[in-house]
Amino acid sequence: MSLLEVNGASKNFGSLVAVREVSLKVEKGELRAIIGPNGAGKTTFFNLISGFFPPTSGTVVFDGQDVTGLSVAKRVALGMARTFQITEIFPELTVFENVRIATEVAAGYRLRPWLGRAEAADLRRRVEGTLALAALSGKADRLVGELAHGDQRAAEIAMALALKPHLLLLDEPTAGMGDQETYEMTQLIRRLHREGNLTIVLIEHDMRVVFNLADRIMVLDQGSFLAEGTPQEIAANKAVQTAYLGQAA
Amino acid sequence: MSELLKLESGRKLAALVAIWMALVLAPFWMPPLGGYTALGTRVLVLGLAAMSVNFLLGFTGVLSFGHAAWFGIGAYGCGMILKFIALSTPLGILAGTLAGGLAGAVLGALLVRRRGIYFAMVTIAFGQVFYYIAFQWSSVTGGDDGLRPFYRQPLHLGVATVDILNDATAFYYFVLVCFALAVAAMAFILRSPFGRTMLAIRENERRARFLGIPVELHIWIAFTLSCFFMAYAGSLYALVNNFADPRGLHYSQSGDFVMMAVMGGMRSFWGPLLGAIVFVVFQDYVSSVTINWQIFIGFLFVLVVLFFPRGLLGFLQQRRRA
Repeated sequence: MSLLEVNGASKNFGSLVAVREVSLKVEKGELRAIIGPNGAGKTTFFNLISGFFPPTSGTVVFDGQDVTGLSVAKRVALGMARTFQITEIFPELTVFENVRIATEVAAGYRLRPWLGRAEAADLRRRVEGTLALAALSGKADRLVGELAHGDQRAAEIAMALALKPHLLLLDEPTAGMGDQETYEMTQLIRRLHREGNLTIVLIEHDMRVVFNLADRIMVLDQGSFLAEGTPQEIAANKAVQTAYLGQAA
Repeated sequence: MSELLKLESGRKLAALVAIWMALVLAPFWMPPLGGYTALGTRVLVLGLAAMSVNFLLGFTGVLSFGHAAWFGIGAYGCGMILKFIALSTPLGILAGTLAGGLAGAVLGALLVRRRGIYFAMVTIAFGQVFYYIAFQWSSVTGGDDGLRPFYRQPLHLGVATVDILNDATAFYYFVLVCFALAVAAMAFILRSPFGRTMLAIRENERRARFLGIPVELHIWIAFTLSCFFMAYAGSLYALVNNFADPRGLHYSQSGDFVMMAVMGGMRSFWGPLLGAIVFVVFQDYVSSVTINWQIFIGFLFVLVVLFFPRGLLGFLQQRRRA
């Protein structure tokens, strides 16, 4: 059984069809990339999966359960976590507090008026573990808003990881990064995938990152499915080349 | 914990001790400086109200412009108990707090999907509904004349009776104890996992939602708690004046509370109290000189917002860090 199954999902905004009957199957442990030219509908497709808004038609099945009508909070509880193209963090809180909030929510403590001594100690250990995973231990007491862009992205991923997801959706994790930061982010994602055995779907524009990481790639163009296959198959695909480079003269 | 954090928490503790010392000793140091004890009592009550507004504004990021409604309902609730039902100060406070808090809980449920300016507008509208009820329903509320006569009652503490009606200092300490209880409850909530979800919503609602926080539910809870604190402050205000006034529910009163919070510093826990001190003392002083005191407080407000966008306390804290 696939971990994630999107069946013929469409999204219309008025008369604009942003996503047209796109289907996707992601297996447990897979690292899938979604690529496509600007305006291909990648982020909209992500929004349908993560519950940002409902699809106009089609269904989303996660871990065998139809989640199409479920709220974001319920999808998160089932094990779906995402990051955004523009980093979404709690800028005036420290890195530690950012990750602590995520960890507390994941532990089901969000309505608790206090934590017991043992619970608090255990929570602290988990936060520190997550920070170490994202290579942020040394910056735990810094305000997230004051960090470098690459560290902010890492902090956002750390928050998603604190939710103990089965599926991690990353929307352009290396957007706006320099070479060194891109390299470090690629290493982080590879670690999460290989060592953490995490199923990851990522949208990415940087082809080096995509071909470095992805098991399989899906290509969208103008809201529609264009191609799917291994990185080698996609690199050799004529339709994909045309979509990216335009019609050959 | 790093040395820097230790130093920081040491300073915080020192500031906390200083604030409570100043409040506890106020009846002794205020008169020599030209103040009087009843002024201190007013500052505590209005400061508590401003802190309640800020519980929502500064720590959940939600601006209510109709919070005077819960304040006023608290005042009328407390006053009506004392006037019509029972001569008991604690019962009056309890009834006023419950009335305002529950009204806030019900209307809050209708509000939580609104955001920003729309939230503020709807809170004004709800607030004005209560204002006009208080203003028009003369047979119950006393209408424009306000609710009177009623008097705060002596406290029977088993071994002794404290005359808070005639002894201004005793009443100050009674209000200070009530203030301390509410402030401790607020601080406790803000340090809890739930309190951190409030900060999360303030900082970034989208991120909060995608961490799995049901944002509407949490805003409703924060709003309701804030209404309870507000109504509690309103009950105390009825005791301060032995009078409940429809203008206490008016949106301009809501505006005053927001002004105190913003002037004092809405990101700091104690900022609104400082704002209330400035506001009340300034009002007390200037209104004895001219009836147009609001022009001057407005001018002061504009200056603070222009030059200290984080409020007076926010400014002091920032300067210390720099």
